Amino acid sequence: MTDPHPVTATRTPVQFDTDELVINMGPQHPSTHGVLRLILRLDGERVVDADVVIGYLHRGIEKLSESRDWTQIVLLTDRMDYVAAATNNLGYCETVEKLMGLEVPRRAQYIRTVLAELQRLASHLVWLGTHAMDIGAVTVFLYCLRERELVLDLFEEYCGARLTYNSMRVGGLPADLPVGWDRKVREFCDIVDQKIVDYEQLLTQNRIWLERTRDIGVISGADAIAMGFCGPPLRASGVMRDVRKDEPYAAYEEFAFDIPVGAAGDTYDRYLVRLEEFKQSTRIIRQALDGMPEGPVMGKVPRLIKPPAGETYHAIESPKGEIGFFIASDGKSLSPYRFRVRPPSFCNLQVLPKLVRGHLVADVVALIGTIDIVLGEVDR
Amino acid sequence: MEPAEPPVPPSALPKPAPKPPAPKAEAKAPPAPPGPPDQAPPDDLARPDYLAPLEQACPGGVSQVSYWVGDWTLIVPRDRLVEVATWLRDTPESRFDFCSDLTAVDWPPRAERFDLVYCLYSVPHRRRVRLKVRLKDGEAAPSVTGIWPAANWFEREVFDMFGIRFDGHPDLRRILMPDDWQGHPQRKDYPLEGPGELLLEDPLEWLKLRNAAREAEFE
Repeated sequence: MTDPHPVTATRTPVQFDTDELVINMGPQHPSTHGVLRLILRLDGERVVDADVVIGYLHRGIEKLSESRDWTQIVLLTDRMDYVAAATNNLGYCETVEKLMGLEVPRRAQYIRTVLAELQRLASHLVWLGTHAMDIGAVTVFLYCLRERELVLDLFEEYCGARLTYNSMRVGGLPADLPVGWDRKVREFCDIVDQKIVDYEQLLTQNRIWLERTRDIGVISGADAIAMGFCGPPLRASGVMRDVRKDEPYAAYEEFAFDIPVGAAGDTYDRYLVRLEEFKQSTRIIRQALDGMPEGPVMGKVPRLIKPPAGETYHAIESPKGEIGFFIASDGKSLSPYRFRVRPPSFCNLQVLPKLVRGHLVADVVALIGTIDIVLGEVDR
Repeated sequence: MEPAEPPVPPSALPKPAPKPPAPKAEAKAPPAPPGPPDQAPPDDLARPDYLAPLEQACPGGVSQVSYWVGDWTLIVPRDRLVEVATWLRDTPESRFDFCSDLTAVDWPPRAERFDLVYCLYSVPHRRRVRLKVRLKDGEAAPSVTGIWPAANWFEREVFDMFGIRFDGHPDLRRILMPDDWQGHPQRKDYPLEGPGELLLEDPLEWLKLRNAAREAEFE
């Protein structure tokens, strides 16, 4: 009796259905850091293309500002990048000061620098914690938020708020430093410097961490500039670009600090660059506290803030990258004619489809973490 | 009883701000033109070194140069934008390789009501310049996504918020507002209250309804 289905040595390969699969990720996804929606086109487990859908948190801050007066807008800037509200305040206040030609007292400049760097530490701590947790290292998340509490305590003591600070005014600061605050800041800097060593021990040589971050989302320096990458991701691609050095604002010109620059432009380098920025931030804070000048913290500002007709663009280095404000004033009304924010998260998120192409679905999560977005700022 | 605080001498009160660094005479000339003053640079100020070669390479490419609180602005005709932008990016003297920001401003009574503003930065030279293009309502601007890919989302946002179309943009969709949204919120004539699209259909009807509701509130 012959076998109706003889087993032969050369079997025809099984034909799998190889259609591309379109899946939706978000907007309610635990690792999208807010309400971000990605539409991924997959070939098996590989991402062929991605479309980023944003706008879920759009509150119209730019339009709202056109009917608020110049001092009220500081409050609105808090609500953009709510992880780094003080840098937003600083960027806005400096832009209005530039428009009006106001002088800010030196002591206020120093305190602003300290606040901005504390804010950078807080923001980077949130980034490191959530980024590590996305990849699977939950311990780091708990450690980082523990240290971030200390920064929030310092801010609470300075301005009374823990998240939306409203900590700056056009022309200076609302209040001088509380007594003993600088000692607490120094203690905090010591703590952070120690804890960085802990984080490095947990992650930098960790084999899982290396496997998940090395050669993931590589972007060259030229591409990064063309695509509008800014902040630590741009520096990780080897571009020496930091607004604090290139176009110094506040009191950064007077302090010695280094700009860490990566080489490979992958997720691991972006991690290393930000980790080094922790150390540089504490260095700047210590120098600012040592050289803190005496004097007033509020400059001579007219009762009614009303910049002359004209428009300007001013950018500062927020923890996420270059945050810029383009403000047009018509010289007549008590609110800006046009208020535009150049949000660093928005520009960095634009590069995400390029980064995820060719990587696995699990890497998408790592790549959302590495560009450090805050959706409140992307959507404004 | 505590001693009363001495009265504040008038000299301690805040004084008016120092004069802005701009000539006021031009801004005050009646009637005020709708739009930014676009102050001409002072004569004793050195012009940036890329300006003369730019005017030589693209004659008529820069219709006006403006300087205000430290920022240089070049006003460029719409049809010369791509040429000027490519020159600014590629020439070694300028190398404006980073498109920092792209936005628009709406100045309604003006015939060319939109100002498209391109904030450029040069990473090698560490300096900035702004380009400005004036547009009529309904006029499309050339897309600069081929020059700076970073402009992709910026142009989508300008399209979403102002309704300015960009010729040659690869994917011109709304970005912040929902896809089926009516109107463009950043325009100055966009209604600030009321049920958006209903108002656009019949403003008078909506006004009557609102006034009736307000009267009811008073009673």
